[in-house]
Amino acid sequence: MPEFVCTLKVTQPKTVKIIQVVLLFLLPLSSFAQDEVKGKVLEANKPTNSAGLQGANVYWMNSQIGTITNKDGAFRIPYEKTYSKLIISYVGFSSDTLTINGPGVITHILQPSNELDEVEVVKKRDAIQKTFLSTQNVVNINSAELLKAACCNLSESFETNPAIDVNFSDALTGTKQIRMLGLTSPYLLITQENIPMVRGASQTYGLTFTPGTWVESIQITKGAGSVINGYESISGQINTELVKPLSDAALFVNGYANRNGRYEMNAHVNRKLNEKWSTGLYVHGNRRDEKVDNNDDGFLDVPLANQINILNRWQFQDTEKGWVSFFNVRFLNDEKQVGQSNFDPDTDRFTTNSWGSEIDTKRFDTSLKLGYVFPQLPFQSVGFQASYSNHKQESYYGFNRYDIDHQSIYSNLIFNSIIGNTQTKFKTGFNFAYDGYEELVNTQFYERTDRSLGAFFEFSYDDLEKLSLTAGLRVDTHNRLGNFVTPRLHLRYAPWERSSFRASFGRGRRAANIFAENQQFFASSRQLRILDTAGSIYGLDPEDAWNFGFSILQGFSIAERTGNITVDFYRTSFVNQVVVDWENPLEITFSNLDGKSYANSFQLEVNYELLKNLDLRTAYKYYDVETDYQTGLLQKPLQAKNRFFVNLGYETDLNDRGAQWKFDYTLHTLGEQRLPNTASNPDEFRLTEFAEPYSLMNAQITRVFSTQLELYAGVENLTNFTQSNPIVSANDPFGPYFDTSIVFAPVIGSMYYAGFRFRLN
Amino acid sequence: MKKFFLGIMLVGICVLGNAQEKNKKVTFEVDGICEMCKIRIEKAALGVTGVKYALWDIPSHKLSLIIDERKTNTMQIKTALVAVGHDTKELKASKEAYDKVDACCKYRDSTVVEKHH
Repeated sequence: MPEFVCTLKVTQPKTVKIIQVVLLFLLPLSSFAQDEVKGKVLEANKPTNSAGLQGANVYWMNSQIGTITNKDGAFRIPYEKTYSKLIISYVGFSSDTLTINGPGVITHILQPSNELDEVEVVKKRDAIQKTFLSTQNVVNINSAELLKAACCNLSESFETNPAIDVNFSDALTGTKQIRMLGLTSPYLLITQENIPMVRGASQTYGLTFTPGTWVESIQITKGAGSVINGYESISGQINTELVKPLSDAALFVNGYANRNGRYEMNAHVNRKLNEKWSTGLYVHGNRRDEKVDNNDDGFLDVPLANQINILNRWQFQDTEKGWVSFFNVRFLNDEKQVGQSNFDPDTDRFTTNSWGSEIDTKRFDTSLKLGYVFPQLPFQSVGFQASYSNHKQESYYGFNRYDIDHQSIYSNLIFNSIIGNTQTKFKTGFNFAYDGYEELVNTQFYERTDRSLGAFFEFSYDDLEKLSLTAGLRVDTHNRLGNFVTPRLHLRYAPWERSSFRASFGRGRRAANIFAENQQFFASSRQLRILDTAGSIYGLDPEDAWNFGFSILQGFSIAERTGNITVDFYRTSFVNQVVVDWENPLEITFSNLDGKSYANSFQLEVNYELLKNLDLRTAYKYYDVETDYQTGLLQKPLQAKNRFFVNLGYETDLNDRGAQWKFDYTLHTLGEQRLPNTASNPDEFRLTEFAEPYSLMNAQITRVFSTQLELYAGVENLTNFTQSNPIVSANDPFGPYFDTSIVFAPVIGSMYYAGFRFRLN
Repeated sequence: MKKFFLGIMLVGICVLGNAQEKNKKVTFEVDGICEMCKIRIEKAALGVTGVKYALWDIPSHKLSLIIDERKTNTMQIKTALVAVGHDTKELKASKEAYDKVDACCKYRDSTVVEKHH
């Protein structure tokens, strides 16, 4: 464009319009159709410099019209009669206000000033947390919620949350088994700070190996999770964040005891070494020496136990340079003894003197996390994590032996950034996993190594108001599962205030560790049989399933108090599953799915602040879980179709010293549960077809004296409800009908406990 | 040859001196009150091509941005902000635009502002 400035003044009588249109075609490069003010802004100390001041603000006072000077210092700004004051400003210069009477050309010189009226420094203090409206159906359990059920480890942390159902895995160990959407924990991806944790050899007891006090928060994702942590999650993900050396108390001590002779002790010591480094040592011990057999069946109702669990964490943080790092080392030794109360391992092991079992576990794990946030680009980061674990379990159940040694390596690299702006983000990277298993099942030795390498890409979009979505895809190559693609999609739509409609679908795959996951069957006289031989994992094929679901969340207020209501429906449909069939009381078989297998779950949850400081959480759940067994399509055994849940929490206001009372009450009602078929047993060992519905109640009182000290006391199973005869053929444990796996209700009655927490910051 | 490199370097310096940064941090004040304002302000800022990151801090009213200076400038962003009804130091929203913000966001009304404190 030529350098001369066109200062054509245009008036607006109607007769001129035609000429204008003509001009428009003749002089397409000139601007004329709009009145405007043009000009140039120069710097005062170099007025002769023709290169003007770039980036100066030029705007009409009290208007919405403004512009910025270009690299030559030139600008053009529309003119209207209502505007008369033109302001020219620039950082480091005095602002000037010019009076303009009409369109034209101006040259203005700005005077430097010592005052900085606009400081271009991004503030240092913490930003207010952006409201995170996740596309995934995530329930966050914070530390306050975790304290509602004070005992004792991760497996017991879900009692006050309706998203997870807690069941009993067997009549001996009392181990709690968790279920989500009607599927047991192997179908959940359980991670610790986003590193897969409870899997392989630790599938059955792994949750009991994370002490409750180590847990900072838990995130439960219903339905297909993110693709970042792998392809294994089918019905959901549970991630646990542990306490961090930098934020945890300098000293924390917790002691716990219950009436059944269980004692627990936790101690945390955290030190900030310098500006960047902190470290924490976390020690947990628990034991039970007292033999309890309240139901007089000759068997211990709860195991004799002894656990030492030590974790050391190192945290590095350099916020200026953008580096964050964690390094963890953990060692665990856990010993359990179960069986007949007169069983003495030294003399009775592998004899028919009496029936007993010992389960000894040693675990070592270590992990490293490195994160780098680009200091100039808060939306861009790189993360690397690597972990190694060695899990060794040696055990016997009567005459059945089961040993497993599992070594695992997991590593991933994630790059986070944006496309255009932060409304569209992506995460991409690689995972590598190695698992080496050595198992001894009675006299049979199994050895297996699994290796996989995968790449993932996850895209997310957020319009910041109504719609957000996360779409992920991963491609993996696995020496046993083959090459496969895992898609996952999450959508969130908020059509009106305080609402959220979510939908998700995704695929998951896994190699079932049939013995480790079904250890409870070793404590029975059932014969183990694997019916397929052609597959790559114990002769069986990999499990493969699709999950999809919808949920609707709506917030409301009644009488100035807020609440919300959630309805969700999920369906998991198996393409292949390792069917664990125990419908014949004398055996347990593992086979590839022949037919269909699905889990439908429906949940209605209401949360409401009933009265000031009194919170109600209630849920109704319906499960329809059916699988084609050898004997046809049946409801999954020991799965209640209907469940009802109520939790009431009341807290007094904190007084000046930070003291308060907290009360908590939980009710679980389970509808009838189908029991595995025992029709072919002799009369005395035959169970009914269904277990009767029942309810369980827990209650707890916490007295917070100050930020330093609190005491708590509570009771689990308030109404003392127990299953009569939880062990089939308890009088003849070496006979053909002995079975400890059909457990649908607590074995132990009311359990009173008390404890304290002491904290120094 | 030496002169050639010198020339290249000089050109380089000129380019640097005049560089329009790809990831320029900019902060300025935008009037507003609440969480809803925050969403509206950030959304309007991100709606401008070249704005990569926007964070409006409720207590300080400071809008922190990362922008591609080759594609946009602060006045363009401020124009987008006044268009959705939020005043900046330089540009002020028109009455029509201001009237459209929700009742809780009427930052020019001192009684509404006080309610939030």
